[in-house]
Amino acid sequence: MAAEQKMTYETWPASPEKQTLEAKNKFLGFWFFLGGETVLFASLFATYLALKDKVPSSDMALAKDLFEIPLAFIMTMLLLTSSLTSVYAMYHMKNFNFKKMQLWLGITVLLGLGFLGLEIYEFNHYVHEFHHSFTSSAFGSAFYTLVGFHGAHVAFGLLWITTLMIRNSKRGLSLYNAPKFYVASLYWHFIDVVWVFIFTVVYLMGMVG
Amino acid sequence: MSTLAQKKGFGAVLWDYLTTVDHKKIAILYLIAGGFFFLLGGLEAMFIRIQLAVPNNDFVSAGLYNEILTMHGTTMIFLAAMPLIFAFMNAVMPLQIGARDVAFPFLNSLGFWLFFFGGVFLNLSWFLGGAPDAGWTSYASLSLASEGHGIDFYALGLQISGAGTLIGGINFLVTIINMRAPGMTYMRMPMFTWATFVTSALILFAFPALTVGLFLLVFDRMFGSNFFDPAMGGNTIIWEHFFWIFGHPEVYILILPAFGIFSEIFAIFSRKRLFGYSSMVFATVLIGFLGFMVWAHHMFTTGMGPIANAIFAVATMAIAVPTGIKIFNWLFTMWGGSITFTTPMLWAIAFIPSFVAGGVTGVMLASAAQDYQYHDTYFVVAHFHYVIVGGVVFALFAGAHLYWPKMFGTMLNEFLGKITFVLFFIGFHLTFFIQHFLGLWGMPRRIFTFLPGQGLDTANMVSTVGAFFMAIAVIILLINIVITSVKNEKVGNDPWGDGRTLEWAIPSPPPFYNFKQLPLVRGLDAYWLEKMEGKKGMSPAEPLGDIHMPNNSFIPFVISLGLFIAAFGAMYRAEHSWGIPVLIFGMLITLGSMFVRSVKDDHGYHIHKEDLEDSNDKGVKA
Amino acid sequence: MKRLAKWRLFSLFAMMALILSACSGKPYLSTLKPAGEVAQTQFDLMVLSTAIMVGVIAVVTVIFFIVVVKFRRKDDRIPKQVEGSHKLEIIWTVIPILLLLILAVPTVSATFKLADVSPMEKKNEEGKTDALVVNVRANLYWWEFEYPNQEIITGQELVVPTDEKVYFNLIASDVKHSFWIPAVGGKLDTNTENVNKFWLEFDGEKAAEADNYFYGKCAELCGPSHALMDFKVKAVPRDQFDQWATAMKDVKEPKQAETDLAQAGQEVFNNSCIGCHAVTPANTAPEAARLAPNLTNFGDRDRIAGILDHTEEDLKDWLRDPETYKPGNKMTGTYGELTEEELDALTEYLMGLKVMEQ
Repeated sequence: MAAEQKMTYETWPASPEKQTLEAKNKFLGFWFFLGGETVLFASLFATYLALKDKVPSSDMALAKDLFEIPLAFIMTMLLLTSSLTSVYAMYHMKNFNFKKMQLWLGITVLLGLGFLGLEIYEFNHYVHEFHHSFTSSAFGSAFYTLVGFHGAHVAFGLLWITTLMIRNSKRGLSLYNAPKFYVASLYWHFIDVVWVFIFTVVYLMGMVG
Repeated sequence: MSTLAQKKGFGAVLWDYLTTVDHKKIAILYLIAGGFFFLLGGLEAMFIRIQLAVPNNDFVSAGLYNEILTMHGTTMIFLAAMPLIFAFMNAVMPLQIGARDVAFPFLNSLGFWLFFFGGVFLNLSWFLGGAPDAGWTSYASLSLASEGHGIDFYALGLQISGAGTLIGGINFLVTIINMRAPGMTYMRMPMFTWATFVTSALILFAFPALTVGLFLLVFDRMFGSNFFDPAMGGNTIIWEHFFWIFGHPEVYILILPAFGIFSEIFAIFSRKRLFGYSSMVFATVLIGFLGFMVWAHHMFTTGMGPIANAIFAVATMAIAVPTGIKIFNWLFTMWGGSITFTTPMLWAIAFIPSFVAGGVTGVMLASAAQDYQYHDTYFVVAHFHYVIVGGVVFALFAGAHLYWPKMFGTMLNEFLGKITFVLFFIGFHLTFFIQHFLGLWGMPRRIFTFLPGQGLDTANMVSTVGAFFMAIAVIILLINIVITSVKNEKVGNDPWGDGRTLEWAIPSPPPFYNFKQLPLVRGLDAYWLEKMEGKKGMSPAEPLGDIHMPNNSFIPFVISLGLFIAAFGAMYRAEHSWGIPVLIFGMLITLGSMFVRSVKDDHGYHIHKEDLEDSNDKGVKA
Repeated sequence: MKRLAKWRLFSLFAMMALILSACSGKPYLSTLKPAGEVAQTQFDLMVLSTAIMVGVIAVVTVIFFIVVVKFRRKDDRIPKQVEGSHKLEIIWTVIPILLLLILAVPTVSATFKLADVSPMEKKNEEGKTDALVVNVRANLYWWEFEYPNQEIITGQELVVPTDEKVYFNLIASDVKHSFWIPAVGGKLDTNTENVNKFWLEFDGEKAAEADNYFYGKCAELCGPSHALMDFKVKAVPRDQFDQWATAMKDVKEPKQAETDLAQAGQEVFNNSCIGCHAVTPANTAPEAARLAPNLTNFGDRDRIAGILDHTEEDLKDWLRDPETYKPGNKMTGTYGELTEEELDALTEYLMGLKVMEQ
């Protein structure tokens, strides 16, 4: 099946994301990429755990002083919900319903933006209230690197999804762009999973000390 | 689009190579760039050996020596050995599985240019205030204390070229999984393809650890973080772990493809199928797996405690088992065979005793309690040169001679090839065997000079003499390449006469679409099977039809160039006001070109059936 | 039959020992001339593993030569295509495993033995250990040796008693180094963030063979003068060690120079050098303030700056321009240029800094 072909609801296949060889390659390659990303984040988690609460003087804020569950919880809910809305988007993609897919992707982007906004507020709060910054201690460096890397992934994901939405807004779905949407949503889920680990390892485990 | 190339001007050829997405041309790019860096690293090696020829020598100064030793290691591993291996993987692997290209031709090109610009960036340090001087391992306390920008060049250069390698790894994995010709099951794949597969998996899971380590180093040096500063709560041992979590799989990334090349050579020039093929596959996978479990054997003297040391010691010893299986399988491939001593086969045969010698010292090093004596001495230097030169470099020379006709359509001169082999083989053992003893006699590695009266003088001189043999051998190889290229005598599909795998079933060099019709694979050594049944070539698995090809693209070059520029901005940010704008400018080029790639549809093009019929077998040039 | 095998093994060992002794390096430096329990343990492991490995190499070599000689191409026949042999493959999987087990067991046991530093933790009533402990602090390009029980500090030349276990606390104050006395035992890194501990034992007889001086090395790349970061180990019988320790401890105040020239030298020293170099062993300054080697017993030592001969000429050369002899050292540029008279005086003073009367 050629990628450029004009499709209708009737001709739209069950798994439009892997109809052509290029699409199959992209699908598999992206999974491998996520495998590499997993090692990357695992390394950052290891660094964080090794340097958690390692500060040069005893009057500096530690994990248990910094983190507040309500904020982290709201952020978690925003990101988890956005993962769910991207599932809806993919559901509509598989049903050749372009408009609804765009709608749900739009909601996903909004939720992601909300998350990012809260994260910026959070970082700002730590720097100004607790003098806990990237350069203040090894703990600070490790914290901002781990959470910041995740935040950068969220930002990149938002740019990616938005670009796809705008680029394809006029021409609807095809076997050429369906895998692009699919892979972007896969990326979004991955970011979500990483956050679940951050929420557990950094925030929940940080609270108990 | 007409694709049958005519004689082209230099500009057109250059543009073609800058934009190519053809795996065979990218292989040639890797070969040229990797070969260049190999010569550079070799020159550095010669400086090292000249400096150490006599005690208290002042051929180079102490500081410069540290830069040379660092760049020798870094260049040889990242910019010579790996790219040269990538050259053969690119040139051969898609042909071996009967594919028309790799899965991501665009990314293949991007991977090359990232490597290239990373390597150039790293080497520009020589002209811009001094090269890195903390060893290729760049342990954190020393690399943070190092003045100037040398270490910044190291960290940023490797970050860029490492990204290229990672992309290459993913590309090969997907290619092998998705693009095998009909009938090419996993257990019919040639050993070199299997090695590529496992190596790519190692790259995928090992390189991110280096990426993180380098990020932390860059942040500490340039952006004020405190990962490795004990006074601020940091810890330098983190770097050691990340470096070796990457670094140990890295040595298998180098050696497994070498094993793959030798497996091909033993089978071809013994006219015999690889002995114990399935256990060879199993051993390759097992080595790859165990390769991730043993990194801390590089850190026995770091002070991890006896429990960790004992565990890593035993785990490391275990790797000797699958490696031993391979050695015996190769020997028994030749057993009962009909051996002809071509240049590639000479390298392969010499590889066995050389590599076994390196392997057994590896087991000695694995034994933690004795490693306290060997660690960071010339014993270790001897060991890893025995495995890396005796394994990887031998394989690269062997592979170059074996696949030269497939890549360029003409054969390297056998006589000169054999001279190269003899000189290099003598020089190699002369240089490195004695270094085992230097280490045992108490000579630490990475010393810029040694004092007389320690019993180290003669042995060091012997080692230096050996190095000159190797240098002469390499020069003869270069002469060979020049002569061969000038003569340019064209050869047919199977110039060695005993080719077994698919790459020998098609013209040398193959047409840019590789296979006019995808071949039908009926077993291991697919081409050999057909030949034994008296057939000339492979039976096609599909009727002649249109072939879908990717378009060339200049974007990979631009993406890499952007990062190259941005790296300069990041590095000079602190002392020059133009740092930040240049950083942003570079990132804009990279992200902008990625954006263009993303929004501009690229469906590729088709070669029409009629054109294929016209071209027949003759006159098809890539 | 069994006896024969044993005999063969024995002769193999004997041959190995012969080869090793034929080219085994200098007694003060070589790991192949083990001078203490640690080095001996490691040497025994080396011999065991070498024997196993030589056996492996022999098997491979025999097969290798048979193959290369017997199966050269003679005609154009196509050899039989053999898939493999399970029996053979099992053999060359199982035998290496057994060989590795033979090596793994002593390796693990030695690893634990060499890491046993429990006597360092046992404190007596005075809060000191019964065992001799030395705190080693590695610096860009010099070594400090502190004896916490004796409350003395020295530099560049480690003095230890023979035939007893000496325990070490190792740390680095700037970048990572590694503490290695090849003839006496393997190395251990001096990290910047944590103290590493291990022990060594210095064999009396072997020490005598080496004229009581062993060479010590830095084994981790640490900067331009990494190659020159040597130190000396003076291994003497326990009673001589005690004499030395007492003599050191008796230096409560900086030793007063006796001759006029030396007195002039002491003045120069007090103006230019004492900011970094202490001349009393009970140095109470914090580690960070101890910027250079303690010179209390400088006159007794065997080397200047760890590398130069202990002569007045070498000392003057060193003081004139340390950069030439140890590139990148931290002493260069910390004091003004010295006139020849000042150099003569300073040399006279420094060479007179002795605690042992000979």
